[in-house]
Amino acid sequence: MEQPLTKNIRPGQLPLPLKEYEKTGGYQAVRKALAISPLDVQNIVKASNLRGRGGAGFPTGMKWSFVPMGDKSPRPKYLIVNADEMEPGTFKDRLLLEGDPHQIIEGIIISAFAIEAEQAFIFVRWAYKLAVKRLERAIAEAYQNNYLGKNILGSGYNLDLRIHGSAGRYICGEETALLNALEGKRATPRAKPPFPQVCGLFGKPTIVNNAETIANMPHIVDNGAEWFKGLSKSTDSGTKLYGVSGKVKKPGVWELPMGVTIRELIEEHAGGMLDGYQFRGVIPGGASTDFLVKDHLDVKMDFDSVMKAGSRLGTATMIVLDDKTCPVGFSHNLIKFFARESCGWCTPCREGLPWLEKMLHAIENGHGEHGDVDILTQQCKLLGPGNTYCALAPGAVEPLQSAIKYFGEDFQRHIREKRCPWKHDDFIANIQRT
Amino acid sequence: MLTEKETQEINAELAHCATKASASVEALNIVQRHRGWVSDEAVRGVAAMLDMTPDELDAVATFYSFIFRKPVGRHVILICDSISCWVMGYHPLLDLLETRFGITFGGTTEDKRFTLLPISCLGACDRAPALMVDDDLYGPVSPEIMDDILQKYE
Repeated sequence: MEQPLTKNIRPGQLPLPLKEYEKTGGYQAVRKALAISPLDVQNIVKASNLRGRGGAGFPTGMKWSFVPMGDKSPRPKYLIVNADEMEPGTFKDRLLLEGDPHQIIEGIIISAFAIEAEQAFIFVRWAYKLAVKRLERAIAEAYQNNYLGKNILGSGYNLDLRIHGSAGRYICGEETALLNALEGKRATPRAKPPFPQVCGLFGKPTIVNNAETIANMPHIVDNGAEWFKGLSKSTDSGTKLYGVSGKVKKPGVWELPMGVTIRELIEEHAGGMLDGYQFRGVIPGGASTDFLVKDHLDVKMDFDSVMKAGSRLGTATMIVLDDKTCPVGFSHNLIKFFARESCGWCTPCREGLPWLEKMLHAIENGHGEHGDVDILTQQCKLLGPGNTYCALAPGAVEPLQSAIKYFGEDFQRHIREKRCPWKHDDFIANIQRT
Repeated sequence: MLTEKETQEINAELAHCATKASASVEALNIVQRHRGWVSDEAVRGVAAMLDMTPDELDAVATFYSFIFRKPVGRHVILICDSISCWVMGYHPLLDLLETRFGITFGGTTEDKRFTLLPISCLGACDRAPALMVDDDLYGPVSPEIMDDILQKYE
């Protein structure tokens, strides 16, 4: 089984320095790309059918194709790597950033060249201190060896690359909020259209790609689109970083062919549930995806299959709900996160999420009232797609609406019995305090 | 007033920026690295360098969770309270710290040694429950090993 993205990553060891990275075939794809035209590179990526790994799954080649090209296009153009990984339950980009920074840099050079960008940024999550340190070292090496800077490898192509370290806010991972953050404004989302591909950072054409998406580029250019399609077990191409956390024996992240099933991930790779715990449900792709349950264990983890099952692949890092964890408490924790991280720009999100948080807190602590679940359901609709500026609130209500669908009786029981059936009284006292 | 060193570092940052305002987050980070937090006076100083009004810059500063606009202790403990760490149990860690130091989220110990804050998902879900002290990540953390961690930070 090929694992192109993680082949150089050795857990617990330092990432490969530039010379070692080159020995594994590193930076050969940059040479190949620079020898052909930007549009040729775009066509390879388009043919590979790579879909964005940040969560939405938009075809990367198509996204690039919206950027105005040629001498008359507005300048400068920008490529931005979204490495602001902060979706609860998601820990895949950290592995790539810390484990093989040169792979990210090589992917950036290829992608920036493909859209004729002269400036690139890596937007790294504030808390990823080690990743920043390792990227800084690798970027310095890349400049010293003329993979970055002026006239890269004598090709006439110039590219500068900078790291933006941010200061910690979930919304910065939203594409247009990220642009405002880089411009030094409050990181609130922008209305679309215009789309960033045409009018992005400082009003110039801009591509924002997830770190894992970028890491795929050297391998696609090196080995071709057909090879990339062949890596997968499904209609979506390539390998994918999959993660499992929660009460399983071996939580972790693995690079596997796109399309492994939920069951394989939990039972084989994560070693099954911890002794004494039963599987009850899973949010398959980070905090803003709908619950799936036992009936879905054989669903393939690719964009279309998970969608068909009623959820989203998202970041493909799943969080498992076990039978000794309260689904209401679980939902409350998720909504508390989203309420805290709402940027406050649009009213439904700013006002609606704290309301949901208060209701769930009340239900969890035995103060729920008859009819509360109906109000929750109604709010999930009001906060859903089409009513907000960005996808934060619609994402926030996905796990809640599906928790009500699959674990509705648990919500009702909290309200009927005026307590959380999973907790002792002293535990409830603790929860109330925080 | 900003120190010479702070001014120097902010100027170095400005040299790479398309607009002065786009250096705002990094400029605030620079001040915070030197002082631990960002005072009103520092906001005024940075704003003047970036051709922003103090209020414009403060709107940016207060947007971010980790630009501290109030003094913090010598070390900041950040406990991840997001979903995987909740499932795996961050509460015993929080309980222990609250009992030991008599502070809760948002509080600073009397000796100014620690400030305790929640942080959204640390991206270390395979190591839950996880926490950070200053720039260092720890996980999985149990109450038993908390002392070993904390003694590194005086």
